[in-house]
Amino acid sequence: MSRNRLDRRFAELAKEGRAAFVAYIMAGDPNAATAQAILDGLPAAGADVIELGLPFSDPMAEGPTIQRAAQRALKAGMTVAGTLAMVAQFRRRDADTPIVLMGYLNPILSKGYERFAAEAHLAGVDGLIMVDCPPEEADPLADALEAHDISLVRLATPTTDDKRLPAVVRRASGFVYYVSVAGVTGVKLADADTVAPAVARVKAASGLPVAVGFGIRTPEKAAEVARVADGVVVGSALVDEIAGGLDEISGAPNENVTERVLSLAAALAKAVRSARVRTA
Amino acid sequence: MTTPVTAKPNDWTAYPDATGRFGDYGGRYVAETLMPLVLDLDGAYEAAKADPAFQSELNGYLTHYVGRPSPLYFAARLSEKFGARIWLKREELNHTGAHKINNCMGQILLAMRMGKTRIIAETGAGQHGVATATVCARFGLPCVVYMGAVDVERQKPNVFRMNLLGAEVRPVTSGAATLKDAMNEAMRDWVTNVADTYYLIGTAAGPHPYPAMVRDFQSVIGTEIREQILKEEGRLPDAVVACVGGGSNAIGTFHPFLADESVRIFGVEASGHGLDTDKHAASLTGGRPGVLHGNKTYLLQDADGQILDAHSISAGLDYPGIGPEHSWLHDVGRAQYLTCTDNEALAAFQYTAQLEGIIPALESSHAIAKLGEVVERVGRDSVIVLTLSGRGDKDVNTVANALGLTI
Repeated sequence: MSRNRLDRRFAELAKEGRAAFVAYIMAGDPNAATAQAILDGLPAAGADVIELGLPFSDPMAEGPTIQRAAQRALKAGMTVAGTLAMVAQFRRRDADTPIVLMGYLNPILSKGYERFAAEAHLAGVDGLIMVDCPPEEADPLADALEAHDISLVRLATPTTDDKRLPAVVRRASGFVYYVSVAGVTGVKLADADTVAPAVARVKAASGLPVAVGFGIRTPEKAAEVARVADGVVVGSALVDEIAGGLDEISGAPNENVTERVLSLAAALAKAVRSARVRTA
Repeated sequence: MTTPVTAKPNDWTAYPDATGRFGDYGGRYVAETLMPLVLDLDGAYEAAKADPAFQSELNGYLTHYVGRPSPLYFAARLSEKFGARIWLKREELNHTGAHKINNCMGQILLAMRMGKTRIIAETGAGQHGVATATVCARFGLPCVVYMGAVDVERQKPNVFRMNLLGAEVRPVTSGAATLKDAMNEAMRDWVTNVADTYYLIGTAAGPHPYPAMVRDFQSVIGTEIREQILKEEGRLPDAVVACVGGGSNAIGTFHPFLADESVRIFGVEASGHGLDTDKHAASLTGGRPGVLHGNKTYLLQDADGQILDAHSISAGLDYPGIGPEHSWLHDVGRAQYLTCTDNEALAAFQYTAQLEGIIPALESSHAIAKLGEVVERVGRDSVIVLTLSGRGDKDVNTVANALGLTI
């Protein structure tokens, strides 16, 4: 059933003639309870798909914002099991919004692919993005996930040329994540003019919706990308709101941190929704 | 999950396979942005390896700039102490004072052949950073070295050396601010500057082809040992010994002997304050397989797969992983890996200085400290070659501190 959650959501949005707003937060940042409150509030704020970061000690593709989020989450005790518990909790209130976990391979390998896939399916996870698992290394993980109806979402980047693209989208399902810039998360800005042809290329090769992420920080930029892609991922900007809502000395979250994040999410969602005039 | 490989191969030297694996270890676990670059590097290295002009250029620099071959020296007083014939492979006499330059020279020639115009590197103690800065100066390429802020503080002379050589040293404050964090930051730079930048990795780890390529460039050590010991003793050694952090001097020493079944192979990991504490760097003995920095290998990690900070008195061994070929040699039993504490290494540092007039690097002191154990396993009067990977001048402050002295 869960794979259908992603397929269903993208199909509905295609019918509406608009892109998906994909909101990213880190599981357990700044602590389990606050992260849960933010996660639970995201659908009402307008998130169509949620990416939930799995904290890792050595996040090699992340800029400073997400690195610090991972450190906060780990310090507050977040684990793979804790992340799955957050998803299970979310599913009690929301049966429809797809959740994709995003992180690095070692914690999943450590748990065991098969065991992870089974537990993630039970919790209500729909997809997995593994930053450091290119297609050449992905088959064992993809096998385990497929058996439990979870999509292994593939990443395409500006360095993925036409020769390589078929290998990248082989066995892809759910959607393809197009990394708009060569770089780490949250630093360089995406450029809609160069993103548009890349999205078209990836879409043609994969036959799947293409969501664009890395370097989208503002409602304006989100709207720009929403005109040319099937999904717009915003992560670092939302996580910055969490960081900005922490007490400078104790690091404890202020009362309004959830509100701050959800209000930026709502502005981003609105921008994505109004970016395209209905065509279908 | 991970099943250790137990089948012994027909040819120990035939690895990695086409996918960059040594048994179950190695591979290419990098972000998609880097994957095309890693594949390009693989092709470029294979072409260079097969090109006599490249090899001859490299050999020229190794002879006249690095100062190879390095001597194989009969350590008479260590021999007396341990009751065996101990030979030291004097890598500490290379230009820049360690084996690191063998690899840097090979990789910088490759980088230029690939048309790359900017070099980045990570460093722990600063030895690889100094060697990289050295070859960048020699060939006029800009060089950025990532170094953990903690290491910048404890290895100030090497930071100054790198600056003198024209390199920019960028302190890394993320994580524990040591070698693994420096490596993370170098990978972030690489993924951001894909067009012009070459990442010059200092050890036999990382995504394929790095573990094989660094091993090949360091195998000059073992190849020379073979020739030299045959000339001196008229036979192969009974054992070769080297310290292992990432494991580049060790794999360079071991690889040319893998097919010689009479030669026992011993690596020595750093066990810091002891294996029963959380302050050590013995990935094989105290860790389990996982994926980090582009390869599958033994890692220090917690129950949830988070990478742990390593500890060793020797900054060059202070890394929570190890090159994938060592993981494989460990699993299949071709090499034995011993462990050495900070205190044992400190003792070896001092007695080697006093017995042989050679101040060894703290890294190499770990290997020396286990000579007694090696002799016990191989037998008295056996012929043992130990790679003295670096000189200890850089460590005098650390050692003085550990002994409670002020310089």
